[in-house]
Order: sequence, then structure tokens, then C-alpha cells
Amino acid sequence: MIRIKNLHKSYPIGKDSLHVLKGIDLHIKEGEFVSIMGSSGSGKSTLLNIVGLLDEHDEGDYFLNGQEIKNLNEKKGAVLRNKFLGFVFQSFNLISYKTALENVSLPLYYKGVSRKERQKIALDYLDKVGLKDWASHLPNELSGGQKQRVAIARALVTQPKVVLADEPTGALDSTTTDSVMDLLKDINNEGMTVFVITHEEEVADQTKRIVRLKDGIITSDTINVQRNPVKTV
Amino acid sequence: MFDLDRWREIFQSINKNKLRSVMSGFTVAFAILLFTLLFGIVSGLKNTFEGAFVDDAANSMIVRVWKTTKPFKGLQSNRRIQLKNPDYEYLEDKYDSKIDLMTARIFKNFSISYDNKQDNYSVTAVHPDHQFLEKTIIDEGRYINQLDINESSKVIVIGRLIKSDLFGEKPALGKRVNVGGISYKVIGIFSDDGGDNEERVAYIPVTTAQKLYGNNNYLSQIRIGYNQDLNLDEAIAFGNLIERDMRSKLDIHPDDQSALSVRNMAEGRKGVDVFMIALFFIVVFIGSGTLIAGIIGISNIMIFVIKERTKEFGIRKALGAKPSSIVGMVVQESVLITTIAGYLGLTLGTYILSLIGNNLEKDYFIKDPSVSQGLVIGATIVLIISGLIAALVPARKASQIKPVVALRAD
Repeated sequence: MIRIKNLHKSYPIGKDSLHVLKGIDLHIKEGEFVSIMGSSGSGKSTLLNIVGLLDEHDEGDYFLNGQEIKNLNEKKGAVLRNKFLGFVFQSFNLISYKTALENVSLPLYYKGVSRKERQKIALDYLDKVGLKDWASHLPNELSGGQKQRVAIARALVTQPKVVLADEPTGALDSTTTDSVMDLLKDINNEGMTVFVITHEEEVADQTKRIVRLKDGIITSDTINVQRNPVKTV
Repeated sequence: MFDLDRWREIFQSINKNKLRSVMSGFTVAFAILLFTLLFGIVSGLKNTFEGAFVDDAANSMIVRVWKTTKPFKGLQSNRRIQLKNPDYEYLEDKYDSKIDLMTARIFKNFSISYDNKQDNYSVTAVHPDHQFLEKTIIDEGRYINQLDINESSKVIVIGRLIKSDLFGEKPALGKRVNVGGISYKVIGIFSDDGGDNEERVAYIPVTTAQKLYGNNNYLSQIRIGYNQDLNLDEAIAFGNLIERDMRSKLDIHPDDQSALSVRNMAEGRKGVDVFMIALFFIVVFIGSGTLIAGIIGISNIMIFVIKERTKEFGIRKALGAKPSSIVGMVVQESVLITTIAGYLGLTLGTYILSLIGNNLEKDYFIKDPSVSQGLVIGATIVLIISGLIAALVPARKASQIKPVVALRAD
């Protein structure tokens, strides 16, 4: 699903440049539940942004669903994001003046789905995350956990190939963290590829594969045995 | 453009950000309101000045005489100048090609009576052309004609108000009225745009007046309608030529303005033309300045609005919005607001102008202020285009920001 070879990324800082990713090799297959662990500054967010086509890499190869990602313009990027990717952000990133339902149906609008169909599908997904009764509420009328569940519904509504979650529990307390992680696990159990970025051991612990990143290099890539009974040998 | 979903997005965005929308709309509406009022008031001024000329024919010039104030050729000053028939014929023959219309005028005052009603009125003896030079409007019957002149007929054309004074609602045409002791037949009734005073006048043939009152060939004034082919400068030159010619013919000092002068409508029109052109440029300058200020206002607001929405655009792009859809949304919203606000400004402006109406005519010389259809359409088009550009430039910039950067914005 995601195949990355020798990926490099630098950011210019004044006259110098900051080398953030120093040759990443990563292969994520369909249906995996992967977490990228690392402290802040390790380059994990940069990696997610590149995987999520929100940013471009400098060197190396990136194949998403078998398609090479190279010299994408904004238009092509938008189409690919809409088709293959669902995002869950630390700060939710819901549009403040749209209701939960409208937020969830927005990706379908950009996909070109008719209004009636959009509302029906979006309501199904809100139901799935347990927020059907909150469909007509604005984001500021929802709790943090509810907002993140709306965001998850929004990420899923186009039935993408991969869900990318950037510190999805970073702004949540431990109880709601658990409920959000349970939701992500459910999604994965239904066969969706989930790609989580976190710096919390407890969160990483609930995924099936843990990739540790330090200073732009992968230091370990292990199967989480207790969460992945199928693959235990 | 006719994507219903796009319109829903726009109305939602406007609706959820009312203050922002109202603010940007207000800038435009106010600019257009000022623009409309400015142009309306200037057109009102123009109407007043042009109205000053509707009373008489635009090509009219009048040879008028009084007393000399300068001795000339051994003749003393304070000599009374009298125009006579040969003067009229002299001008008629000499300047035939430059003259369209010509009439003499003899001013008299008579008591006119019918039945038991009577009053004093001005009676002017004229040639047939006087009708066109004075812009007399015949309501009933006919004006003085050449046959009346030839036969010195005792016929009279009376003003609308004389008719209502003497006859009331009863018909006057064909009736005989007593004018200073002589019986005249009413052959016509007229009205005049020059006001009430000019409708309390009666006209009789020049020859009749000369024969009946003094039996002489005296004329009070000679009035000429110069050839319409002459431009204003040529017409002014023609007036000056007649003035000099008549002074020399009547042995008047060439500079004696008080003895004989030609009142030339062309001179007045020339002055007003120059004034209106100057006013027009001033107004175009101020008006376009107002419009530009409005456009800059909305551009500022759009830049701010788009900056404020950068994060929203980042979210939308992450969810699959193409740059074109973001640009389209912002531009369409801006055009919608500018169009509606501009239209409101225009409507309010025209409404205020219509309220003003003729109320300011007396004190401020503003008569029936209004803006032309073309100006309204032009201003609206300018608005729509400016709303488009005001949004297009910053929106295109914003839509090209990488989503990762836009999402970090706050």
C-alpha cells in the first residue's frame, strides 16, 4: 500500500537547511495498523505529511497504492488525497461553522457525490462513531473526544485506502484516548490500513506494528506480538 | 457557476460570517451610494443650466436698443435709438444665408376685455417666425401668418392664462376681444414653457401694430435665429458682426454697449458648455476616486478574510479540494457580495435622488437629479469586475499554499 525507499527531506532555515528525514525505508501493506513512535523533532510528522501528500519529499521513491508520487501539482495531489487518504489530526481541524454532519460530508462534496447521497453516507458514518444524535451540532458544542470521532468519521467517509492519524489522542484525556484508539482498532479490524503517529507508548502499544524514529532514521521496526496474534510464529 | 452545491457553500459561508460579509458589503455599498449621489447631483445642476435655455430657441439672438452713452460723429450722447423697418430689411437681405428665422418685436401694453371681464396685458407685435424663436406652443387655432402681416389683419393669439382670465372654461377661438379700444379676432391660444408671465401675453401682427398705434415703421427689437449649421464660435462671431454693423448703420459709437447690443444665446451656451465640461472632469475625477477607494476597501477586507481562512483552506485541501474550487468559492462569494451591496448602494442612491427631486432647485440649482441607465450599468460592471479581482489575486495565492503550511496557520 505504502512503499518508501531512501526518502530524504530537508527544510531550509535561513541559509542552512535542516535535514529532517535521512533515508527512510518503509513498506506498509494493506490492512496493517502501524504506529510511528518518536520524540518531537524525530521527523515523524514530516513523514506523515509526505505520506499524506500534504508535503513533498526531496529524494527517494514513494509509491502509494502502486502509483509513484513525483512532481505532483496541487490539483493531482487533491484528487489522490480525496481518493486514497483519510486524515485525523491532533487538533481535529473541523470547520468551525459547519455542523458535524456537514464536516463529515465535505470530502464527499469534493468527490462529486450528490447532496442527498452525501448526507445519507455521512450520517451512516456518524452513526458508526456513535454520534448520530449530534449530527446537527457545531464543533464548539462537542467535547474533544466527540470532535475527534467526528474527524474519524470524516476520514472514513470516502472509504480511503489509508487512514493517517497525526497524534490523534494528543489533545485528549486518557478515557477519551482509549475510546478513540478503540475506534481506530475497530476500523483496522474491518480491514482498513491505519497509520498513527504518536509519542505515547500506551498509544503505540495498541497498534500491531511499531516503527521507532529518531533523528530522521528508523531505529527499530517491530511487530507488536500481543496485539498481533495472527502473525505470531 | 451554476453549481447548486457551490452556492450552498457560499451562502453558508456568508451566513456564518455575517459581520465580515456586512463589512465588506458596506464598503462597496457606501462607495456606490456616494458615486450615485455625486453623479445625480451634477446631472441636476446640468438640468438646471440646460433648463435655462428651453424657454427660447437655442439659436436665438436679439438686437436691442436704448440710449447712446457716447457722442459719435458729432451726435450727442443720450440720443434715443430707434429700430425701423429698413433696419430689419437691411439685416434680412445682407445676412440671408446665415439667418434661419427672423422677426421684429414691438412691445405694447393694452387693456384687453371680453364680455364684462378685462385686465391689462403685454401685447407683442411679431412676424410669424416669432413662434419658433420664442418656442410658443399652439394649443388651439393657429399663430400669426404671412397673410396676416400682408393684410395687417386685426387678429390676436392669446396666452393660455389670458384665455382662462377672460373666458374661463368657455371657448375663445373665433371670439372678438377688445384690445385698447380696437376689436381683434382670437385666432389662437398658446402655452409656453417659460412660466406664467409668458402665458399672460398676446401676439398681434407687426404691420397691424404699426398701422393702428402711431402709423409709423418703428420696431422695438429685431430677433434672429441664426443658421443651425453655424457652430457656437461662428454664431458668436456672427452676433458680434451684426452688433458692429448695426452700430455703424445707426451712427452709434462702435463701443457703445448701452446704445445697441446683441443678446446672443450662443454666448450663454458657450459659457455653460465650458462650465459643464469642467464640472464633468471634476466629477469623473472624484467619482472614480470614490469608486477606487471602495475597491481598495474590499480588496483589503478580502486579503484579511482570506488570510483568516487559510487554515480552513488547508483543511479543505487535505480533504480533497482542488485549488480551483477554493479560488472559485472565494471569488464567487466576493462577486456576490459586491454585486448585492453595489446594487443596494445604487438603489438607495437613486431613491435619495428621487426624494430630492426638484426640492433643491430654488436654493441650490439642482433640478431633477438622476443617474443614467448606462452609468448605472457601467458602475455595476466595474463593481463586479473589481469584486472579482479583489478576491482572485489573494485567493489564488492562498490556494497555492502547501496544505501542510496552511494547516499550521492560525
